[in-house]
Amino acid sequence: MSHVFLYALVGVGLFTLGLYALIVHPHLLRKILAINVMGSGVFLMLVALGRRTPGTLPDPVPHAMAITGIVVAISATALALALMLRVQVETGRAELPEEPLE
Amino acid sequence: MPALIFDIHWQAIVILLPLAGAIACFLWPQRGVQLGLISALGIVACVAALGWQVLELGAQRYAVGGWGAPLGIDLYADGLSLLMLIVTAVVGLGISVYSSGYFNQDRARHFWPLWMFLWAALNALFLSADIFNLYVSLELMGLAAVALVALTKGADALTGAMRYLLVSLLGSLFFLLGVALLYHSFGSVDIALLAERMEPSPAVWAAMGLMSAGLLLKTALFPLHFWLPPAHASAPAPVSALMSALVVKASFYILLRLWLEIFPLTNAALAQFLGLLGAAAVLWGGLQALRQTRLKLLIAYSTVAQIGYLFLAFPLASIIGWKGALYILLSHAAAKAAMFMAAGNILHFGGHDRIADLDRVVQRLPLSITAFALAGVSIMGLPPSGGFIGKWLLLEAAIRSAQWWWGIILILGGLLSAAWVFKVIGYAFTPAEVPHEARVVPATMEWAALAMALVAILLGLFTSWPLALMDIGLPFAGEGDG
Repeated sequence: MSHVFLYALVGVGLFTLGLYALIVHPHLLRKILAINVMGSGVFLMLVALGRRTPGTLPDPVPHAMAITGIVVAISATALALALMLRVQVETGRAELPEEPLE
Repeated sequence: MPALIFDIHWQAIVILLPLAGAIACFLWPQRGVQLGLISALGIVACVAALGWQVLELGAQRYAVGGWGAPLGIDLYADGLSLLMLIVTAVVGLGISVYSSGYFNQDRARHFWPLWMFLWAALNALFLSADIFNLYVSLELMGLAAVALVALTKGADALTGAMRYLLVSLLGSLFFLLGVALLYHSFGSVDIALLAERMEPSPAVWAAMGLMSAGLLLKTALFPLHFWLPPAHASAPAPVSALMSALVVKASFYILLRLWLEIFPLTNAALAQFLGLLGAAAVLWGGLQALRQTRLKLLIAYSTVAQIGYLFLAFPLASIIGWKGALYILLSHAAAKAAMFMAAGNILHFGGHDRIADLDRVVQRLPLSITAFALAGVSIMGLPPSGGFIGKWLLLEAAIRSAQWWWGIILILGGLLSAAWVFKVIGYAFTPAEVPHEARVVPATMEWAALAMALVAILLGLFTSWPLALMDIGLPFAGEGDG
């Protein structure tokens, strides 16, 4: 029970907070930000859990994973933002319709 | 000659070739179609070479760059991976041929690089030996797939793609959180090492729940299927075929690997729950398909139902059951590709896909309707077709494990599929009240659809080969005989 554990808990908290925002907010930009907050939570978990035994140097492998994850998250965010702008141009609002194709 | 073929690490080439093809298609868009078709043929040849290698020498493991399992990335090909690679290659070739006639110059410029990226991601996913690499390839696949769905102009396709992107990212994050927990517990992401070190603990259960939830969302198992019909129905026809035939199967493949190899299969209640969701998907997807008035939405809902069958194997938990689910996966990939291609031809021909206005297309597009009907035979599960063999194996597994009620679901699902297939074919013979202007459909598009439908039928005639492939490397070794 060290501050490492605290970091991991904060990571879980961010993940949950992001999930809540993703479900609740209709605006697409908020949804994209929520996904990013969730991603940050996961990365924080990865880095925090990298110290597997107290008193030793942290394991670098999860850090490399977090970096890879960040690269993926950046590309995904770029694609999401581009799509959001197109949705805004096509429908006039940056929101998803409630019932698609009915 | 064989020695020469066996010395080459085909696993790496099978991933690198589509990547190179994607970059080539991107750099020389005027030659996109030719470059894409050449890459597709090359990938099929390389998958065949890898298949020969695996058949002769058994399961193959290749450490990329010479770095071994704990630190580096391993590519592992056993019978299950090989089967997925082969079905991707066969369906991929069919879709490539179809797409060469489908897209105009402007959209072909975007389609070919994205499709080749998607193919590379799929091959990487099926060859991954560690769960983090699975996450990366899952994301690559998702991003390429979303961009492909958004190729259609219009609000429906864009919102469908946007919803799909959010769902796909959410599913991947759940999966990654599970990866973090497993790495913390066992100090490795390699599937084989994890399987060795696995012992139940709260962290493992949490990881299992998170990863399964993420993958179920991506596989669109009922009731998490809400994103699938709009995304699959609004995409261009070859993309719809790709999504339904291959992309949803990729996340199912990961789920299968996790369940069979990493997680202890003692939790019967969870398996029963997955089976129940599968049964609900079969019935709900079938009923919704029957209600649809647009052909592509109907086919998309049928995908929801067909995914349900795959999950019926979880409560049965026997080798025959898994093989049955995999057989349904194979034949559905071919049959659904054929159906979406046929629907694309009808859409291209008449400019719409309203089922009630099909207006005797049977006289004007006989090949496409034949493809649709043959694919329908496999989807319904009538002999002789791949779908029949898959359902037969599942039924046998259900009876052997004394859980006959799953058999009723199989039969009801088949009846619902039959109802919508005959509804569509009935309208294809009926003249519509308002005649429509018609456009010529290129012959390659008609023949590609028919070829895919024939693959689905032939899977029912040549069963020993795929079934023998599933045993290489013993992916189902941990299972009892039921």
